[in-house]
Amino acid sequence: MSIALAPGFTEPVFDAQRVFRAVMDATARPATVQPLATDLAPPAPLTPELAAVALALADHEAPLWLDAALAAVPAVAAYLRFHTGARIVEAPDEAAFALVAEPDAMPPLGAFAVGTDEYPDRSTTVVMAVRRLAAGQGLACEGPGILGRADIAIAPLPGDFLVQRAANRALFPRGVDCVFVAPGSVAALPRTTQILPEG
Amino acid sequence: MRAAMRDDLPFPRTEVGKETEAYNFAYLDEQTKRMIRRAILKAIAIPGYQVPFASREMPMPYGWGTGGVQVTAAVLGPDDVLKVIDQGSDDTTNAVSIRRFFAKTAGVATTTKTREATLIQTRHRIPEEPLRDGQILVYQVPIPEPLRFLEPRETETRKLHALADYGLMHVKLYEDIARHGHIATTYAYPVEVAGRYVMDPSPTPKFDNPKMDMCAALQLFGAGREKRIYAVPPHTRVRSLDFEDHPFRIQTFKQPCALCGAEGGYLDEVVLDDRGGRMFVCSDTDFCEERRAAGHRGAMAADGDAAGETR
Repeated sequence: MSIALAPGFTEPVFDAQRVFRAVMDATARPATVQPLATDLAPPAPLTPELAAVALALADHEAPLWLDAALAAVPAVAAYLRFHTGARIVEAPDEAAFALVAEPDAMPPLGAFAVGTDEYPDRSTTVVMAVRRLAAGQGLACEGPGILGRADIAIAPLPGDFLVQRAANRALFPRGVDCVFVAPGSVAALPRTTQILPEG
Repeated sequence: MRAAMRDDLPFPRTEVGKETEAYNFAYLDEQTKRMIRRAILKAIAIPGYQVPFASREMPMPYGWGTGGVQVTAAVLGPDDVLKVIDQGSDDTTNAVSIRRFFAKTAGVATTTKTREATLIQTRHRIPEEPLRDGQILVYQVPIPEPLRFLEPRETETRKLHALADYGLMHVKLYEDIARHGHIATTYAYPVEVAGRYVMDPSPTPKFDNPKMDMCAALQLFGAGREKRIYAVPPHTRVRSLDFEDHPFRIQTFKQPCALCGAEGGYLDEVVLDDRGGRMFVCSDTDFCEERRAAGHRGAMAADGDAAGETR
């Protein structure tokens, strides 16, 4: 293949720290939208924000899984392999991070690693690229990191996402953690966050 | 120690001080930081659960805060303002050396003011001034496992956590009552986080336990020798274990701080001579200095005691 490889972080040390800090703030304060600026230009359909999270957190110890849309483009895997050194795994439950470009078509959350009762940390973090992230409306959330209640609108999502999340919540302390990236921003719904039924 | 001298990482020399050139930013290599960062994210997602991590050798001995230092190094960015306290004090050996370590290896701004800090690394105290949203408190933890002195086997304590079987801890607290008439545990007092995991808050005095409950700051815990990281997200319930008929109580002090006159703070006893002379002063030096700067005077404060003067 003769495609030129797109560059990684301009300043690997500081860019990785900034991206991690944005993801950490998002995880510590679920259902808030944190700024996530990046100048990456990865091959489509890998979005700059998906790439930023992968480059900041994945390596040879933390394998990646790609959804069908990402896996269909060999340049995406080549880019991620070169810049992270991470293995790209076929089975979703072997991944530390799952990258999802089309959330409405992804496998159920239960297909990813949920950890064990003894080691609930050995679970997949599912990173989904969405078109829209907006705080103050949409899903009503409660849980650690949220003072009272917080609302967040996320689109698109799998049709039965609320059912999947409720099943995931019931596994606690096991479960997958969800991170959402949109152009310039990141939000998270870790396994502890409870999405309140509508109405 | 190999990590200390890596030159192969692109290093924007314009952004950091001259002194840091031989080190990667904040000392640790990038792969180690990524590993710690992944552990921190899982720790936040599972409040109170101890995430194993591949603790590195640091240029200081175990017991001097290697866990806290690694967590701080992984979280720290060039815009952070770092405060380090040791038993509430900004000016003891451990606090000074860790503050200098990061000033040197990361070139970050440091402060002694709780209010100005974005990241506070602490050994065994929580500042008296309430922490705010956006601040991060990093604890140095010697023994992260609250059940360790009751059950030495890691395989067993791990199972007890998995089953949320904390009867043993209640037995320990009950034995306190049977022996002393009250719960005699005064530091490292076990807490239940978000209604699930029982956690060791590190050897902070139990006086500080209520500050952890619904704290606005993110609390991160690093145990270097024991290789564990755990966390309490902001606005999370942290309940000190107790009994209905023996409710949790914090320490109280009979007199106010001898220097600033503060009541309701946590005090250190300072021995003044060999004839029984002593004074009780705030353990949180920044809190005490701020109060004196604002004109508060305790019973033993020297006249004209200027703010910031060492005691």
